Amino acid sequence: MLESLAFIIGTTLMYSTPLIFTALGGVISENSGVINIGLEGMMTMGAFVGATVAYFTGNPWLAFLAAGLAAALLALLHAVASVTYSANQVVSGIAINFLGPGIALFLSRMFFDGATMTKPIPLGGTMPRPFHNLFIWLSENLSGTAGRMFESNSVIDLIFDQDATVFIALISVFAVWFVLYKTKIGLRIRAVGEHPKSADTLGINVTKIRYFCVMASGMFAGFGGAALSIAIVANFRQTLVSGHGFIALAAMIFGKWKPQGAMWACMLFGAANALVVFFGRAASPIQISQQLLSMLPYILTLIVLTGIVGRANAPKALGVPYEKDSN
Amino acid sequence: MFKKIFVLALVVVMMATALVGCGATEEEEGLSMAMVTDVGGVNDQSFNQSAWEGHQRAEKELGFNVSYLESNQDADYHPNMETLMGAGNDLIWGIGFKMGDTILEAANNNPDQKFAIIDYAYGDDAPDNIVGVLFKEQEPSFLVGYIAGKMTETGKVGFVGGMEFPVIHRFQYGFLAGVAHADPSVEVFVQYADSFVDAAIGKAITKQMYLDGADIVFHAAGGVGDGVIAAALEEDKWAIGVDRDQNDLAPDNVLTSAMKRVDNAIFNVAEMLKEGNFPGGETVVIGLAEGGVGIAPTSDKHVPADLLAEVAELEKKIIAGDIVVPYSEETFEASR
Repeated sequence: MLESLAFIIGTTLMYSTPLIFTALGGVISENSGVINIGLEGMMTMGAFVGATVAYFTGNPWLAFLAAGLAAALLALLHAVASVTYSANQVVSGIAINFLGPGIALFLSRMFFDGATMTKPIPLGGTMPRPFHNLFIWLSENLSGTAGRMFESNSVIDLIFDQDATVFIALISVFAVWFVLYKTKIGLRIRAVGEHPKSADTLGINVTKIRYFCVMASGMFAGFGGAALSIAIVANFRQTLVSGHGFIALAAMIFGKWKPQGAMWACMLFGAANALVVFFGRAASPIQISQQLLSMLPYILTLIVLTGIVGRANAPKALGVPYEKDSN
Repeated sequence: MFKKIFVLALVVVMMATALVGCGATEEEEGLSMAMVTDVGGVNDQSFNQSAWEGHQRAEKELGFNVSYLESNQDADYHPNMETLMGAGNDLIWGIGFKMGDTILEAANNNPDQKFAIIDYAYGDDAPDNIVGVLFKEQEPSFLVGYIAGKMTETGKVGFVGGMEFPVIHRFQYGFLAGVAHADPSVEVFVQYADSFVDAAIGKAITKQMYLDGADIVFHAAGGVGDGVIAAALEEDKWAIGVDRDQNDLAPDNVLTSAMKRVDNAIFNVAEMLKEGNFPGGETVVIGLAEGGVGIAPTSDKHVPADLLAEVAELEKKIIAGDIVVPYSEETFEASR
């Protein structure tokens, strides 16, 4: 029983990690007043670059950083279009969603002899699990009950023996919350998102802040993609991301544009999927039809959205390009 | 340096494009055959690539002129068909069931042009200039099921399906029958991901199956299978691949694969066309007997030789018709 619960918690963490990274990206960008529906495209870009760099270098950390960097560069296009040229942010985001997978496909064919999927990352090139060896050591060297607590598939093992990306995601939630709400730069970001004209009057460089935030949002979306392609699986294919970016976008709105809110929303979605897997198995204590089970994540989301989450207030200037000279 | 490589790449691409053009327009002696890929492109390491290899074999052994056009999106199927028709091909292939409607429409509008399609059947109403090719997925699934049933140490194995379609059912019930043939006491966990793309779900399902005691998991779930194989790698258990030899994805953890030989299917139909027996209006169903399906050549890496010999015996029995592999829930229940 306890093991079942641990499995559900562990699966929730695994499933929600790419979503958390990407949703954090959305939080940063939208708090500065720039809508970013290009998260899906940026995530795809990050997933591809992550898998490719990990394949060629065998270094997951380098791959992870490269994924963030590549997606940030893609986000730069979004920033140029929507901040400098005051383009419609939704349209620009949609363009990014076409461009990201397109560039990934093009580069994949260039680097992998025309193949549309990357080669599998060699052993040791995927994200390490920081507690894996510690748990094995503990279970072998501690005697009796203490040793059994850390055995493979014990409660502690099922919950905490996760890819490093899981822990980085949770730390990032705290970091983004801290930056947004406890630092000067965070206050400036939120000011720019609420009322850019006032912020400008007080000497804050709106353009600079928005550029920074959009690129940071790309970086986190890239991390999210890499969390899929170098941690959950060990290769990239065109269908790998398919929709995760949009779910993260929804989670960010659902979480009221707050990092911790977005995290809980992602975890809710992850938990719903973990329940689908848990109750879908042959040995499940309750048998539920597959069709009903598949609806669970979405129904659960609707219920929580209408029942528990109250009114959400988007940043006031969200989606409005800021032009200094106007009015 | 990068610029040089880039220019070189451009030149190669341009030359390749020019050559494709030639293949399609040249009017030479002999038959010509062409294919339209689906969105995976010709180097997808799966169906399209295998289909193109079939074309190349037809070129080498039967003297066909062959060419292909790639589709970048579903909307490209129709124009690609038109282009290949204009180029005077004797037979045009659509690779994948998604082209079913496009090909039917083209076949109705052009009664003199021959078409064929992989993984699609038009039934009795098919026009005379069209051939649908289906595979007996249950047969290789039976063989890998037999291997799984013999090799499991825990007495439990798993099957992860994509979505509940007849084609995935053929994999599932073939596998179930194979396991039962090896050892009726072996338990099989069956679970569907309800997706062909969500690798994370595949990983979660497979981890749970391992947790419940399974030690070998077979998948027929497209991209979800990447998660299945990732779980096998992480837990150091066995996975069984599908469609192509997936051993390269995890060389020490992919036990074997249930393969669909699209190349052989295409070659067989090309041969029939050359001999003047083009099976127009029919659905060609190919299995072990026709070389259309099989188990992966890398199976000998992990499967003991005596077990492979037993599998070869089974293969002969299936070809001879001594064993009829079930392909659906009804036929599976009836066979027990």
